[in-house]
Amino acid sequence: MTPLFQVKDLSKFYGNRIGCKDVSFDLYPGEVMGIVGESGSGKSTLLNCLAGHLPPDRGEVLFDTRTDGMRDTIQMSEPERRMLGRTDWAFVHQHARDGLRMGVSAGGNVGERLMAVGARHYGDIREQAIDWLGRVEINADRVDDRPSAFSGGMQQRLQIARNLVTGPRLVFMDEPTGGLDVSVQARLLDLLRGLVREMGLSAIIVTHDLAVVRLLADRLMVMKDGHAVETGLTDQVLDDPQHGYTQLLVSSVLQV
Amino acid sequence: MIEISGVSKSFVLHNQGSAVIPVMKDADLHVEPGECVALVGASGAGKSTLMRMIYGNYLANAGRIVVGGVDVARAEPRDVLALRREVLGYVSQFLRVVPRVPTLDVVAEPLLNLGVDRAEARGRAEDLLGRLNIPERLWALSPTTFSGGEQQRVNIARGFAHTFPALLLDEPTASLDVKNRDVVLNLIKEAKARGAAIVGIFHDEAARDHVCDREVDVTGFTPKAAA
Amino acid sequence: MTQDYNFAYLDEQTKRMIRRAILKGLAVPGYQVPFASREMPMPYGWGTGGVQVSASILTPEDTMKVIDQGADDTTNAVSIRKFFEKTAGVATSEETSKADVIQTRHRIPEQDLREDQILVYQVPIPEPLRFLEPRETETRKMHALEEYGLMHVKLYEDISKNGAISTSYAYPVKVEGRYVMDPSPIPKFDNPKLEMAAVQLFGAGREQRIYALPPYTRVVSLDFEDYPFEPSKADHACDLCGSDTSYLDEVIMDDAGGRMFVCSDTDFCRSRRAAGHVGAQGVPFEEDAA
Repeated sequence: MTPLFQVKDLSKFYGNRIGCKDVSFDLYPGEVMGIVGESGSGKSTLLNCLAGHLPPDRGEVLFDTRTDGMRDTIQMSEPERRMLGRTDWAFVHQHARDGLRMGVSAGGNVGERLMAVGARHYGDIREQAIDWLGRVEINADRVDDRPSAFSGGMQQRLQIARNLVTGPRLVFMDEPTGGLDVSVQARLLDLLRGLVREMGLSAIIVTHDLAVVRLLADRLMVMKDGHAVETGLTDQVLDDPQHGYTQLLVSSVLQV
Repeated sequence: MIEISGVSKSFVLHNQGSAVIPVMKDADLHVEPGECVALVGASGAGKSTLMRMIYGNYLANAGRIVVGGVDVARAEPRDVLALRREVLGYVSQFLRVVPRVPTLDVVAEPLLNLGVDRAEARGRAEDLLGRLNIPERLWALSPTTFSGGEQQRVNIARGFAHTFPALLLDEPTASLDVKNRDVVLNLIKEAKARGAAIVGIFHDEAARDHVCDREVDVTGFTPKAAA
Repeated sequence: MTQDYNFAYLDEQTKRMIRRAILKGLAVPGYQVPFASREMPMPYGWGTGGVQVSASILTPEDTMKVIDQGADDTTNAVSIRKFFEKTAGVATSEETSKADVIQTRHRIPEQDLREDQILVYQVPIPEPLRFLEPRETETRKMHALEEYGLMHVKLYEDISKNGAISTSYAYPVKVEGRYVMDPSPIPKFDNPKLEMAAVQLFGAGREQRIYALPPYTRVVSLDFEDYPFEPSKADHACDLCGSDTSYLDEVIMDDAGGRMFVCSDTDFCRSRRAAGHVGAQGVPFEEDAA
């Protein structure tokens, strides 16, 4: 099996400050990788570089494209990269309103990616939108409501539906459960687990919530000061952390 | 099926003066298909640590831990995960699940992960929950609110949902009444009969004698003159 | 008349700058060319974009016609016509066929235009994606990369709310299979006429954009396979001239609900009545009687 996504020596600097430095990893089809670390550890910088939202200063971000095999997405032309961003890639923002069009109905939000890749049959688009609303547990009768009329948890589920409707192969998630009530978080986590399994998705999830990665991620990367200080199987890293920082991180979690 | 040789392990506590705590040295263990081996030794001797290393949950510092042809001590995360999905089952003492997921789905999940059809997976989960005397009215509820004994049985059902060729059992009969203990022992015997290699920790001596072919005292792997 | 202004008000350098923008617009049909819009002696929203385009293309020999919603006799049309009479000294006419340059607000004349004519549109908001994507940087990128999915989102929203595409004016079009363009707030009834023999120039003064359609450019109105584009008009005939093919204005006649439908294109209506056509509420035509 070949990797779906390969990152080689990725570095990003803000002047003299390190955003992230020399990060490398391979992600295989169906794998979910968590990136954890405290605020300012570089995990969001890394995610934005991976997803093409920020130009890195060094390194390669390779993706196994459907047509041409492994391509360095940093060297791609902007149209190609943006096309990737609305077909094979998806990005779930922490705040749903960053990832949704708040003035457009739920159906229009989900349908946009379909229309962006050329769908021109209203009935089909609407049917797919309703199907996806169902898959994220939003009633079909809400299809014409605007997301501003939705609760935070529903908005986040709508954002996920909007992202997954084109059947992407790689999903980037930035704190997908951040800012949600714990009760809503659990439901969202279960939903994400099911979707990842059913669609065979690969995902990279940035979070500071260790409970989230334990439930969602197969693998873990621990970031500190822009460096990946430890990587490994999620439960191994959490239960038998090797690096001092990871030990501190794990032992700092409040028990409930 | 399970071959362990020369395995050593120590914990380094970086935030506590980098204290090094050696916990295991030169551990060896071989388990054949159809064999059940009990790990014994005083509390703190390293039974759970060894079991966790076999599962890849703890990192071994040295040695080989080969399960079904994969060296867990060196394998890539995805290979360990594939091993856990297909070959190596683990029944821990504690149930760890996504809150709010119905018991039936918790038990069926290992099968769904293998790509088994949903109806078939649920059927198998229903069988096991029935055998383990979890009342049907609880199947649609999340096990997080169950009693300790019920949670333990749900955990066992989940561990036995897929017919793993290798199984790790950490106190599978603790906190169970006699009736349910016998159900679990039967499940273990059935697993042996179909050729599963099993490593277990049993404090219940009667249960141990009932299903285990031999005992390995992990005290033999304890490093001498600990720091 | 004494020439108190430079010909057509604008100085020659400004006209050259605008002509360059027009030529670029013609070379890249549907593409919005930025230009350094000047202050004009009229408020924004009164057609400053169209006026600057007209001023840049007028020659002293031209005859000019100005219409507002199809009519030659509304305030906006009259004042712009007077403006050019005064600053350029050009001849003006209300007859479509006699005009070389026609400046229009929100209509295309009913009568087919010829290759030797130029139609100048006044455009309030040139960016068809604006209401969905407020960032100019982003809309420019979307045009550059042909990312027009969002345009269909707007039509999708129309159908989901109203059961049909309810956008009835400023209906978005795709030009030569490339740029999505706002045809200015003309009724969608006029959209099929965008494929014409005359040169069409669009000027947005406040937004500082010029765009253009060369003669016979392919212009397709956006739609869905199951909700095809339909140019629509009031289901009626003109009450004055009896035309059942022209675009109609509804006029309320009294407080008792009386109303009549009349051609929005006043020159078209007048010439039909002059030719003897009479509508349901019309009277036989007499010159200078209305």
